[in-house]
Amino acid sequence: METIAVELRQFVVDNYLFGRAGDLSYDSSFLESGIVNSTGMLELIAFVEQTYAIQVEDSELLPENLDTISKLAKFVRTKQRMAKSAN
Amino acid sequence: MISRLRHRGPDEADVWTRGEAGLAHARLSIIDVAGGHQPMCAEDGSQVISFNGEIYNYLELREELIAKGHCFKTRSDTEVLLHLYAEDGPDCVQRLNGQWAFAVWDGAQRRLFLSRDRLGVRPLFYCEHQGSLRFASEVKALFADPTVPRQLDLQALADVFTFWFPLAPKTMFQKIRELPPGHSLTWDDGKLRIWPHWSLEYAPDEPGKRDERDYAQELWELLVDAVRLRLRADVPVGTYLSGGLDSSLITAIVRKCSNAHLRSFSVTFDEAEFDESHYQDEVVRALGTDHQKAHCTATDIARSFPDVIWHTEKPVLRTAPTPLFLLSRLVRDSGFKVVLTGEGADEILGGYDIFKEAKIRAFWASQPESRWRSLLLRRLYPYLPKVQQQSEAFLRAFFRVKPEHLSSPFFSHLPRWEMTSKLKLFFSDAVAAELDAYQPIEEMARSLPAHYNEWNRFCQAQYLETMHLFPGYILSSQGDRVAMGNSVEVRLPFLDPRVVAFAARIPPRLKMKVLTEKYILKCCAAGVVPESVRTRHKQPYRAPQGNCFVQAGAPEYVGELLSPERLRQDGIFCPDAVGKLRQKFQAGRGISVQDNMALVGIVSSQLLIDQYLRPFSRLDVHLRKQPEPGGLDGNYCRGVAAVRS
Repeated sequence: METIAVELRQFVVDNYLFGRAGDLSYDSSFLESGIVNSTGMLELIAFVEQTYAIQVEDSELLPENLDTISKLAKFVRTKQRMAKSAN
Repeated sequence: MISRLRHRGPDEADVWTRGEAGLAHARLSIIDVAGGHQPMCAEDGSQVISFNGEIYNYLELREELIAKGHCFKTRSDTEVLLHLYAEDGPDCVQRLNGQWAFAVWDGAQRRLFLSRDRLGVRPLFYCEHQGSLRFASEVKALFADPTVPRQLDLQALADVFTFWFPLAPKTMFQKIRELPPGHSLTWDDGKLRIWPHWSLEYAPDEPGKRDERDYAQELWELLVDAVRLRLRADVPVGTYLSGGLDSSLITAIVRKCSNAHLRSFSVTFDEAEFDESHYQDEVVRALGTDHQKAHCTATDIARSFPDVIWHTEKPVLRTAPTPLFLLSRLVRDSGFKVVLTGEGADEILGGYDIFKEAKIRAFWASQPESRWRSLLLRRLYPYLPKVQQQSEAFLRAFFRVKPEHLSSPFFSHLPRWEMTSKLKLFFSDAVAAELDAYQPIEEMARSLPAHYNEWNRFCQAQYLETMHLFPGYILSSQGDRVAMGNSVEVRLPFLDPRVVAFAARIPPRLKMKVLTEKYILKCCAAGVVPESVRTRHKQPYRAPQGNCFVQAGAPEYVGELLSPERLRQDGIFCPDAVGKLRQKFQAGRGISVQDNMALVGIVSSQLLIDQYLRPFSRLDVHLRKQPEPGGLDGNYCRGVAAVRS
């Protein structure tokens, strides 16, 4: 598994599951499983912005981008690519 | 045993024993201070009563009983209750307007009768042990007998980490049961019988029959009379004044009913998000009360929390009982024993956000693709910035209706219970394994009344709040237990049985008109309380939460109870998970509602274990320090009362 996804998983396990990963997979839905609540979502966004030096726009705050570790990792990679090509 | 309850009745205490039965009583003297001594015996000695509470319509009942030939020696409501029992037997409770937990020993029948008020304002616990029945207002008294086993009930713990309270009749202790609200009990020749003496029923809506002014007028008249009856006392009566609609209205009615100097009391906080001083000041100015404030800091909460859990006798997921404990201390120190409060209005008249949330979710679920309908979600929880900051897509995702929820009898409450249940991930592996087959929500489903499925969703949600969360948490942990911890009695006009019955007949469409909560009550309050208070959005009472226990200068007990060694010894919570939770708080970012509930729930559970279950606990020290009043032979089952079969 690529680094970003592993790092994101670790953040989720530490901050929302307190080390008890259980059956959390890279494709577990945060919303369906109730792992990440409204405060957690804001925290998760702040974490990816800070860690990966990206800016998440309001219009990008969608479950399609943020609802699983895999989707979030893909979203981060896309944003990083976009930032690189803009430079 | 009775000495354990001295805080509930510091004015006098006595015991009565005869043959196989014994009753004991600690009295908080309020009505007929000189004459209302307890336990009280009937003139012919056939019956004896121990009564905790108040019967507000005792003067009317007394007149009726005199007309039937009864003679009274005192002016107390206790004697009225004793005569009423002699007249009507167990059915006497149908006549009572009040809050009660009482026991009558009928010597001729060799039968014990216990009863608890309709909504459970007054607590009552019992324990069948070694062929006897013991009962008391608080569990700690039952543990005065060292042979009563002290073991944590893990299913009750799972209930708390789902609903916020143990499902009655469970308590946090395996051998101890609660007499549920609205129930009576007999112990007759060793046989226990329990039955409901009251149930909450909602009337079907009859559109066009009455208009809203008509409902508001009748509610007003009932509330005025409920307050009038609750001012009956031979000691001064004050009010709680939170700055919200309910307590402001009750205080305003007291003002109308009495010309006496009126004292009011409130809690204030440093944090603007919790503090309601501005509204309190406005009501005080409008009503001219003599007002006192108990200012409560996060440090105060952390310091007093062990005392609070000592009194609640169950874990809590919020610190909210603690400021109320400090408030009742201020009341006591001001020379008051009795306060009227606004509790109950949100339950019976539709004030809580959970009712609004369910209404919006149901409205949206009928057309799930509608964007306009989901925009109403912005109307929810205006006092929670983290909810308001969400994008529209995530707001929809958080509040969306799962298909399986639509047909659930718990439509309104499932999201909340599912969220709270997530906290069970902190349970140790052993506890999780023990609870593997236990499903609290299924157990709740089994307790629903026969007509539940015929009521509309709003009434179903009201039922769950009124009959479960209210007695299980609000009336106990935020009510009687923290008030009586400082020898203060709370009286609740909204729980007058006439008000409760009337409210159950108000159609839900008028209780919450569109999205205006407590609409009929707001109509009642027009011109009576300041307009800014009458029309403000309902702000639930909240207090500083988990940070109290991790901030600099937090009391030492927190570190001790949450240390990996102690957690391992007690065996209830996973030390690693609790350690990560503490780290998250110490890092100080992204603390959610669940995180707060988890930390408060874990600290309070550990305090309960520490104070009640560990060797050399606070309970043991308490038992050693306070000798029993004389008069009970060691062979008797002792307590507020005890009866051997």
